[in-house]
Amino acid sequence: MQVRRLAAWAAVPLVATLGLAACGSGDDGGSGESNPNATVSIQIGEPQHLIPTNTTETSGNQVLSALFTPLVDYDAQNKPYEVQAESIQSTDNTTWTIKLKDGYTFHNGEKVTSDSYINAWNYGAYAPNGQGASYFFEKIAGYDDLQSTDPDGEEGPQKAPEPKAKTMSGLKKVDDSTFTVTLSAPYSEFKTMLGYNAFYPLPNAAFSAPGVIKDGFEDAIIGDGPFKMKGTWQHDAKVEVEKYDAFPGEKPKVAGVEFRIYQQLTAAYADVISDNLDVVPTIPTENLTSAASDLGDRYQQSPASSFQFLAFPTFDPSFSKPEVRKAISEAIDRDEIIKSVFKDSQQSARSFVSPVVAGYRDNTCGTACVFDPAKAKSEYTAAGGPAKIQISYNGDGGHKDWVDATCNQLKTNLGVDCVGTAEPKFADLLDKVEAKKPVGMFRLGWIMDYPSMENYLGPLYTTNGSSNYYGYSNPQFDALVKEGVSAATPDEAIKKYQAAEDILANDLPVIPLRFGQNNFGYSSKVKNVEIDLFQRVNLTKIEAVS
Amino acid sequence: MFRYIVRRLLQMVLAFFGTTLIVYALMFAGQGDPIQALAGERPVTPAQRAYLTETFHLDKTGVGGFFYRYFDYIGNLLKGDLGMSLTQRKISDMISTAWPVTLKLALIGIAVAIIFGVSAGVIAGIRRGGFFDNATLLLTLLVLGIPTIVLAPLAQYFLGVKLGWFPPTAGAQPSFYALLLPGIVLGSLSLATALRLTRTSVAENMRSDYVRTAKSKGLPQRRIVGVHVLRNSLIPVVTFLGVELGNLMSGAIITEGVFNIPGIGFNLFRGIRTEDGPLVVGIVSILVVVYLICNLVVDVLYAVLDPRIRYV
Repeated sequence: MQVRRLAAWAAVPLVATLGLAACGSGDDGGSGESNPNATVSIQIGEPQHLIPTNTTETSGNQVLSALFTPLVDYDAQNKPYEVQAESIQSTDNTTWTIKLKDGYTFHNGEKVTSDSYINAWNYGAYAPNGQGASYFFEKIAGYDDLQSTDPDGEEGPQKAPEPKAKTMSGLKKVDDSTFTVTLSAPYSEFKTMLGYNAFYPLPNAAFSAPGVIKDGFEDAIIGDGPFKMKGTWQHDAKVEVEKYDAFPGEKPKVAGVEFRIYQQLTAAYADVISDNLDVVPTIPTENLTSAASDLGDRYQQSPASSFQFLAFPTFDPSFSKPEVRKAISEAIDRDEIIKSVFKDSQQSARSFVSPVVAGYRDNTCGTACVFDPAKAKSEYTAAGGPAKIQISYNGDGGHKDWVDATCNQLKTNLGVDCVGTAEPKFADLLDKVEAKKPVGMFRLGWIMDYPSMENYLGPLYTTNGSSNYYGYSNPQFDALVKEGVSAATPDEAIKKYQAAEDILANDLPVIPLRFGQNNFGYSSKVKNVEIDLFQRVNLTKIEAVS
Repeated sequence: MFRYIVRRLLQMVLAFFGTTLIVYALMFAGQGDPIQALAGERPVTPAQRAYLTETFHLDKTGVGGFFYRYFDYIGNLLKGDLGMSLTQRKISDMISTAWPVTLKLALIGIAVAIIFGVSAGVIAGIRRGGFFDNATLLLTLLVLGIPTIVLAPLAQYFLGVKLGWFPPTAGAQPSFYALLLPGIVLGSLSLATALRLTRTSVAENMRSDYVRTAKSKGLPQRRIVGVHVLRNSLIPVVTFLGVELGNLMSGAIITEGVFNIPGIGFNLFRGIRTEDGPLVVGIVSILVVVYLICNLVVDVLYAVLDPRIRYV
């Protein structure tokens, strides 16, 4: 799918490991008894949107996770299991039958039916609604009929015509609690995808007419989750939710949650250490060094899905030889940079997919990711690598320190001239890359949409991948990923994906650098704080301490 | 006086349209890809791009496009509609929630500057060269030398977190107490300047002929300072404080960020960062009005303080 926002501040540093704290997942914060009548407060940024199909960033996602119940969630192995769905089955991986559990209601009392899903998904996929997550529905048959292309391009005076259809032909209602989804091609991991927030249902009350969402619904959204909205979304201030008593699923252990909106993480951190705020899901870089002494064992880490890498413009002749790319990779001491720049808050990466997905293998990059300056230099000279290397990055994301450190290593170890070039914004960097301007190597990051190897391999490395900005293309790789997508079972798919990943180690279109981690802290008023792979606090686990 | 005020008000209308035109032109010229800026590092889907482009007339480019969008904006503005921000919220809503809290903050800041700055300045001016004078000079030098970006987190850490005298952040609906610390931080820079201005002005006036005359007539010190000296010394201070109120309203960007106050400064910063032209122009338009009114009030206050100043 697409590069999730590795927001500037989240991208680099947010994640710190204290080697010794080694990821205990939030056990206790205080010794007091759990108090089910208390509310907890959690830091978020101002959500961009709260309509599920328009929510593509972490803050909105965190709020929606309180208000909605997903069809599937992920277990400790990051494999999907049914939550609101009774069963999700398919015999051919093309037509999927989704049965819903009985007893779920929206917060206005409306029953959750197959129509709740079908209407919400059709709304999300219909192009003129401009929903940010609409691309999640592109695997469903009939999605193309809901799109339309501007006949004279975006800049032209003509408007895009209305799409052919308003509903996807692949969605069929069987009865009130059953519907079928037909995909345009077989996809064995469709069930995994359904855990993403774009697939939440919407009640009839959301629509003022078929396919039109009521004005003001977003500010007082009605979901089907463990919490219901209390009042309305107070922009830039907070979103408050309270326990929904008629919720049939696993009940939360707190009476409500206040999602408090902060503009700066440092302010949230100051509030957490003085017990004015309960959870800060990311500790600001400035405070990483003092967090252990400020918070003690209330400062914790958990795995995250982010993946940082350096990309080669493979269309540029100076980087077209894999030998050159390998030599550059071998000249970079990842561990040293993580220690000196990131204060051990991230982990070094030597694979092309994150450790959080099923099928991950350690060190698939092989010798190319082993730091060996002597070998690197001789290989680099032999392959005739360029005498001058440029590394481009977006200057608003806090990447300067590690890019400069990397450049210094290349200077020392390869004897080349190296400069880091900052573009003002990520959009400027992408513009230049897309126009194939000489930017040299450039940094990119990735956060997954759903836990699957395909969500890394497809968008990042296939020829038409949505985030393959470096022009890497290998037909054999594309074929293996495609075979994986249409494989009969997830396990068979993983075998294909792993074979594809092995090709990457040979071609090395990008240099894997770091895997991210959640670094979070909480006050002495809460316990059992867990942060999942999507940087969300687990709201059914968290408890207030009285 | 009445004619003067009317004339000034008419000038304000002109200044208002002039500034909005310039700010709009600057935002337009500096605009890269606002839709991408809004989305951060996530690529925008074609459908969403088409939708936003159409909603905000972003397909209108070049000089013609600029005037189309500017007149569209002004037309709506005259109807009392500030338009929509790129985040698809009404700008009038955003400003009306952000305004009161920033105003409170600025008023606390200016009050701190007046109460502490002016009174300390008067004392320092009277006892020129004394211990108090030198001590305040040194202190203000220190305050003027520390930028807010350092001062605000330091105050938050020591007074808010370590000592716990104040809440570390204020939030969206803060109590007066919660706003006190950010207000003091915000006002400290004006305080230092106001103190120095008052001190110099008072010290100078203390040596003037009319003070000597008043002394020789046997007037008590309290009356000399309170009525004669203060009235003359306050003219430069009032000028400064009048303009400073406008400054505080817009200059609260850092303080609001550190203390988590979603006010005007924060919204302005967000607007600039996301290339949100309508939002920036909307806020700037209102700030212009605030500045103009502050200036008018200052000019009128002159006449009150010094009867020799008369406007025709």
